[in-house]
Amino acid sequence: MGTTPVIASDAHPRLPRGVRLVHSEAHGGWVLLAPERVFKADSIAAEIIKRCTGAASFGEIIEDLVRTYSAPRDKIVGDVTALLAGLAEKRLLEL
Amino acid sequence: MATTAAAAAHRPLGLLAELTHRCPLGCPYCSNPLRLDRAQAELDTATWSRLWREAAALGILQVHLSGGEPAARRDLVEIAAAAHDAGLYCNLITSAVGLTTHRLAALAEAGLEHVQISIQDSIPAVADHIAGYAGAFARKRALAEEVVRLKLQLTVNAVVHRANIERIGDMVDLALALGASRVEIAHVQYHGWALTNRAVLMPTRAQVERAIALVEELRSRHRGRIVIDAVVPDYHARYPKPCTGGWGRRSLNVTPSGKVLPCHAAESITGLEFWNVREHSLADIWTHSPAFNAFRGTAWMQQPCISCPRREQDFGGCRCQAFALTGNAAAADPVCHLSPAHAVVTALSAVSESGEYTYRRM
Repeated sequence: MGTTPVIASDAHPRLPRGVRLVHSEAHGGWVLLAPERVFKADSIAAEIIKRCTGAASFGEIIEDLVRTYSAPRDKIVGDVTALLAGLAEKRLLEL
Repeated sequence: MATTAAAAAHRPLGLLAELTHRCPLGCPYCSNPLRLDRAQAELDTATWSRLWREAAALGILQVHLSGGEPAARRDLVEIAAAAHDAGLYCNLITSAVGLTTHRLAALAEAGLEHVQISIQDSIPAVADHIAGYAGAFARKRALAEEVVRLKLQLTVNAVVHRANIERIGDMVDLALALGASRVEIAHVQYHGWALTNRAVLMPTRAQVERAIALVEELRSRHRGRIVIDAVVPDYHARYPKPCTGGWGRRSLNVTPSGKVLPCHAAESITGLEFWNVREHSLADIWTHSPAFNAFRGTAWMQQPCISCPRREQDFGGCRCQAFALTGNAAAADPVCHLSPAHAVVTALSAVSESGEYTYRRM
């Protein structure tokens, strides 16, 4: 806490087995399913998590999001890093 | 009807499936009721499969296959496969005794995603004494290793009470060594068999205070390596737990014989009418069954809950505990310091004595 997390651009974030992103009509959107836990994901978080398949590197995911949302790179790097570092801390993502 | 609207507004997220009450262990804190369902009363494979489809249609996302010991069911793999095929996230909550590595591999193949294994202590002999089963600890350890080898998610569930509360740190270390991604430090909740054994399970206030501080310290020490979830020791708390996240709000429980309960202990409240999946669909039960509507929302509340700013936060606490300790299921959970019956909890939480366990047996 207190320090800003950094994720290496050649890291390949992926959801481990037993963590899945699904869309639920009943619960009105995207949810991340994990061992005995359910986390709601807003549409932006879902777009980021969908890209965490282990195929794309962190750098490639950032490039993709910059192109898709034509938003400032620094802002995207900050937001994506915060989300993914938070998920990794909860053991919901492998970096 | 307001309660029906509330039922529609709140869709359940999880379903705890007590597949059987049979279990080789005899843990004295078991949350199952004192009157256990017999094998011949259990729902069959086809009924559980139908239930999974109804659960998915109702919006349920996760099922927790539990018991008793779910591995006592010969059709456990078929039941898990059917849950997975219905699109549900499938958790297995097991003692590990009676589950072979061969069947675990078949479960992984069938789509099981997570296994929770209970441990009774970090010292094998003490653990086996608490479980009332010689050799249980070694079998839990071996199965946990197999879960990790199969790359399934592993949670270690450490149930904490007077006999092991001083070894929370060792139990978290054990969970880490086994490769668990998550550990639950679950202080005993006094329902079912635990209520019978309350005085011999109850830790002292000093022990509870040290345990709470230690869990905070362990969380920051192991941050990013293992998730530590804690079930708080509510007899020593100021405010009650929002039991099951609010009655009929987020989850439901199906007993081995098919009764659907708002929480696993709900049958301890006398006078409630529970519906059975043999006669009703799950959606019908969730919305219309008298037991689910009895304490849904806030309209049923009495003072001090009804005027409390926390009423939508902890929902008056645990209904079963209110009934067990005051005889009135609509009263405030007496764990709350605002409850007029709070002195009862204070007195009971001070009774901690050594003695023999009454083991959970059929």
